[in-house]
Amino acid sequence: MTTILIAVAALLAMAALFGAILGFASEKFRVEGDPIVDQIDAILPQTQCGQCGHPGCRPYAEAIAEGEEHNKCPPGGEQTIQELSDLLGREVLPLDDEHGDASDIKKVAYIREDECIGCTKCIQACPVDAIVGAARLMHTVIVDECTGCDLCVEPCPVDCIDMVEVKPTLQTWGWSRPPGVGNAPARHIPVVNLP
Amino acid sequence: MSLLSLFRPARTESGRKLHDFHGGIHPPQRKTLSSEAPIRPGPLSATLVLPLNMHLGAPALPCVQVGDRVLKGQILAEASGPVSAPVHAPTSGVVRAIEPRPIQHPSGLDALCVVLDSDGEDRWTALTPCPDYRDMPRAELVARIRDAGIAGLGGAGFPTAVKVNVRDSQRIEQLIINAVECEPYITADDRLMRERAEGVIAGIQVLQHLVQPMETLVGIEDNKPEAIAAMRAAAAGTGIEIVTVPTKYPSGGEKQLIRVLTGKEVRSGGLPADVGVVCHNTGTAWALHRLVTTGEPLISRITTLTGTAFAEPGNVEVLIGTPVADLLAFGGVPQPHTGRLIMGGPMMGFSIENPLAPVVKTTNCIIAAPLSELPEPEPEQPCIRCGACAEVCPADLLPQQLYWYSKASEFDRAQHYNLMDCIECGACAYVCPSHIPLVQYYRYAKGAIRQQAAEHQKADRARERFEARTARIEREKAEKEAKRQARLEANRQKSSPATSVAAATPAADPVADLKKAVGEASSAYKAAVKIAKEAEEQGADNAADLRAEADQLKARADELKIALRDAKANAPAAVAPTAQAAPADPVADLKKAVGEASSAYKAAVKAAKEAEEQGADNAADLRAEADQLKARADELKIALRDAKASAPAPTRPAPASPAPAAPPAVSLSTAPESPTAQANAEDEASAEAERAKRAQRMKALKTAFNMSHKQWKEASAALERAERDGLPDVDTHRARVDKLKKKADLAKAQLNELVEAAKADMKASTGTDLKTLKLQAARAESTVREKTAALATAREAGDEERINVLQQELAAAEQQALETARTLKQAVAEQGLSDGDDA
Amino acid sequence: MALLHVTSPHATSSQRTGALMRQVMLATLPGLAVLTWLFGWGTVINVIWAMLIAAAAEAAVLKARGKPVGLYLRDNSALVTAVLLALAIPPTAPWWLTLIGVGSAIILAKQLYGGLGMNPFNPAMVGYVLLLISFPVEMTRWLAPGAAPDLATSWQLFLDRYPGADALTGATPLDSFRTWAGDASALAAEPILQGRFAGLGWEWVNVAFLAGGLYLLWRRIITWHIPVAFLAGLGLCALPFWLYDPVRFASPLFHLFSGAAMFGAFFIATDPVSAATSRWGRLIYAALIGVLIWVIRSLGGYPDAVAFAVLLLNLAAPTIDYYTQPRTYGHDKPKRGTG
Repeated sequence: MTTILIAVAALLAMAALFGAILGFASEKFRVEGDPIVDQIDAILPQTQCGQCGHPGCRPYAEAIAEGEEHNKCPPGGEQTIQELSDLLGREVLPLDDEHGDASDIKKVAYIREDECIGCTKCIQACPVDAIVGAARLMHTVIVDECTGCDLCVEPCPVDCIDMVEVKPTLQTWGWSRPPGVGNAPARHIPVVNLP
Repeated sequence: MSLLSLFRPARTESGRKLHDFHGGIHPPQRKTLSSEAPIRPGPLSATLVLPLNMHLGAPALPCVQVGDRVLKGQILAEASGPVSAPVHAPTSGVVRAIEPRPIQHPSGLDALCVVLDSDGEDRWTALTPCPDYRDMPRAELVARIRDAGIAGLGGAGFPTAVKVNVRDSQRIEQLIINAVECEPYITADDRLMRERAEGVIAGIQVLQHLVQPMETLVGIEDNKPEAIAAMRAAAAGTGIEIVTVPTKYPSGGEKQLIRVLTGKEVRSGGLPADVGVVCHNTGTAWALHRLVTTGEPLISRITTLTGTAFAEPGNVEVLIGTPVADLLAFGGVPQPHTGRLIMGGPMMGFSIENPLAPVVKTTNCIIAAPLSELPEPEPEQPCIRCGACAEVCPADLLPQQLYWYSKASEFDRAQHYNLMDCIECGACAYVCPSHIPLVQYYRYAKGAIRQQAAEHQKADRARERFEARTARIEREKAEKEAKRQARLEANRQKSSPATSVAAATPAADPVADLKKAVGEASSAYKAAVKIAKEAEEQGADNAADLRAEADQLKARADELKIALRDAKANAPAAVAPTAQAAPADPVADLKKAVGEASSAYKAAVKAAKEAEEQGADNAADLRAEADQLKARADELKIALRDAKASAPAPTRPAPASPAPAAPPAVSLSTAPESPTAQANAEDEASAEAERAKRAQRMKALKTAFNMSHKQWKEASAALERAERDGLPDVDTHRARVDKLKKKADLAKAQLNELVEAAKADMKASTGTDLKTLKLQAARAESTVREKTAALATAREAGDEERINVLQQELAAAEQQALETARTLKQAVAEQGLSDGDDA
Repeated sequence: MALLHVTSPHATSSQRTGALMRQVMLATLPGLAVLTWLFGWGTVINVIWAMLIAAAAEAAVLKARGKPVGLYLRDNSALVTAVLLALAIPPTAPWWLTLIGVGSAIILAKQLYGGLGMNPFNPAMVGYVLLLISFPVEMTRWLAPGAAPDLATSWQLFLDRYPGADALTGATPLDSFRTWAGDASALAAEPILQGRFAGLGWEWVNVAFLAGGLYLLWRRIITWHIPVAFLAGLGLCALPFWLYDPVRFASPLFHLFSGAAMFGAFFIATDPVSAATSRWGRLIYAALIGVLIWVIRSLGGYPDAVAFAVLLLNLAAPTIDYYTQPRTYGHDKPKRGTG
């Protein structure tokens, strides 16, 4: 009988001790913030487009960390889903097309300036303050800051905003991946008639 | 590393120990195709196309208009930054257009070019040679080189002026002239040295003069015996050493040549100058020689026309901007040419998309090869891991691993295997038995990595902007709420005095509310300052905006504080008739005011210090504000002393001092005027002293204006109150207000006069006004910031070429920023102008 | 067609994978000749038969995988596997033995891993080991050197219709030395051990493969690293033990010129696909193969060990590569790992 009591007492003492240690450790080494959210946020494309149903990328990152599906980001496309799957150890899911289609073509907003009436609606819609202008004055898009989120297109009362494709420049152009085994990496340039 | 290298001859005939680099290949030379004919003058094309970005760095800015008539050698486009080079007219003619044209780029994209119609006269503009360059100041010679548009003629086209402008902290041990010309087919340097060795040596001496190296080495591959002999003869007695290096591709790569000649290795991501070496090309030396002897800018170069499609291959002195098509016709290439058309050598050159693309400063060779000579590439076969690529890699990489990871788009791993140290020499692809286009895989991966880095940066910026916007919206909401609350309070306050007269309800209520409002406003201000500071630390673009908002909030808080003080002053005033105000009241109030002012001053000084430490833009403003506060505190102190002195004297009626600080402060604020005027009258001997005086006077005036303005405002408020409350002393108040207003206006007018005078003075002395200077300073600073950010990105991406460029650019930008800042400071100090005067 | 748009370099060497493989096959000819001289036409029949099987198996799998058959067959890699395996199996082997060996080498060891360049193990050795474990009798049925049967006998053996096949068997030098190791008089009495400098007949087989290997080195088809390290590992391992007890342990020369030593050093271990890739990696890889061969031959249960040693080191090759990356120009020290 006493042995059982001793055993129970010892176990209880150990439980209390380890409980105390764990409690102390959890206070002492508490991690401020949630680094996983930061990691998820770093993978998301930061277009702040809200197509996922959240008001920006960070809120969606928080939602993913709390268990929401990670396939609701059309601007990130397959690559973002892949990276998120790697990070979170979740299954790679196909893009949830309820939230929009993925497109590899990068676009930015362009305001047809002579049609703009200066209503500032697009300025209010822009999540990254990439549109400048004032009331009753023409607006314009800061191309370098535009994330191509589309959010300014809908509010425009005169439909003067287009999403235009970003053309490669000498600075952004890069070689394409060679066509792979079985193909010659050559392209034939059609004959140019010289003047 | 290779054991076999132990058995190689390690010394040249001159006793110099040569080193070896890993790998390398020995492709068929095919140089005799073009090396035996003397250099011919090239054709004069009817139309010349001059791309504005034919050098490394920022594209040049056109400085001519369409339709302008220009002479040969006249500048067409100016250098647009520290790392940039101007473009000159290669012949006389008319500017036909400034428009995007096909250029020398593998992408086949167009770029902005100046299109020049030749008039056939080839008339020179006036040239100023400088054969006595040794007596010129170094900076002037460097400027001449820069203005002549000379850029590295061998490889990337790095502006020579930047390269020769070595920093004082860098000791250059070796000046290396790269005359290796290791690529097959090319013989431009070979011919140049054979025919014009004296000129080349003279050009090298210009470089020696600029760089002051301990030794000068000219590396030439041993397959050019004639060039070696000619250069040896020309270099005799000059101390320039001609070093024969074994033929092996790519020994002409800058890093490889440095290793062969000196045994030093340029660190990954570093510059040759870091190890005390500067490399220049033979063609560059020749261009420098032309510059000092004739004053010619860089408008022509020697280009090899070769390949079996040329009926007359050979080297041609061709005007820069000549379309390749004209050279094909000149060299007798049958039209239409089919097969490969390459600009550059067969190992590193690129296919020309459009034969109308022009020859540029870096075009050392045009190869027109039919398929019988350079056949179509064969289809890619699977990699058999034979390791031939690793055997020949001059950078000692594992090309196979790079290939696997590039192909699978696993860029992190590719970077782990030092992808960014690949010099794209093509040795691996040359030996690959499976015909894998390895270089294209690496270029693809490098481009993708660069793009990813850019996208990452953009995403970070978007995140910052989004967060800043969210914060701003929240702040605005809070502000609105605060305003609404304040309005509510004000309304309540308005109604309360009316009732208090009748019912003598406790007057402490509005004061308490106001206190609360003040507390709220100042906490909002503090929050705003915190956000602004964070934004500044992160270098966000809208930091200035945030700072401005914070200032606004501060102003609002101050207003509320004043209102609070007024309300406090009012409260005793309201009860005064009944409760008999104590005579000690004004003194106590003054004491409190002094305390407040000095603590405000201290806070301002602290803020200014912090701002200075963080190098914020508004540090000067803050400092000025602190000074003002200090002045105010001092004044109040004097007023307090006066009040104390007058307190024991016959008692004044208490209601007569609603603004107790006013009378003494007024007298004080006028005080500085007279001594300054006296001083002005006394001492007009030197302009220097006058300026100093003016600065002093301006400061005094500014304080006077600020004070009187503030007092005027306070007095106006008192007047309004008096009117509202129907107090008997409305007229006294009104008179005071008028007087103060006049005083303030006068001070302002005087101040404006002085500021104008100072500005005019400065414009006269420096030829530029303060605003321009400030703009310049701001621009220089922002350039530095931009470059730093770009450099960080490039470092992240490991893009060596860009890092090199950016490092140079950053150094130059920093220099410029420092200089402009210094000029601005000097000007401001001289003129007694401080920031904000010209607003 | 007008101009070509191609990335640099625009010139390439004349080396072709198909040609490389042809050179390897060519280099086996001296060895094949000596084997034929010593053991009759069996090996020649095997080689031809194996090449046919390999080509057919490769084509069938490529077709099933939807790959362009012509392009992949052109690299000749399947034929090299077939030739190497056919040279390794005894000349008395019946047709089905070769069929199983080559078929599993091509299909299991190569194509199922993704084809040329993707296989972690040397396909020929996988086939060899599979046969050696499954059919030990047929796989050890070597003939006495010099007693070469005529073409008809070889053909009958190939068709598996020779009645007294088992009676033909003769021990190899490695077998004999294993059997009589430690017994000086028995060793001296074994005729097969009385060659000029190694086992009778087999020494010339090895000399022939050495000649073929030197040809490959001369043509720069292989580098010196693997053969030299292989032979050094084997020889230097054998030397001290032989000096300690020459009756129990064979001489380095005997080891180097017996069994498949030269064949393994120049033709098997040099298979680039399954070997280590870096320079130091290859030296370590091959030296360890050499050591392992001596260990298995002298202390293990099999008379020869090239196949086992090579396969074991194939396993270790990625690890060796992990630690032996070269120092890139401009970096202080070599990197480790795969990133």
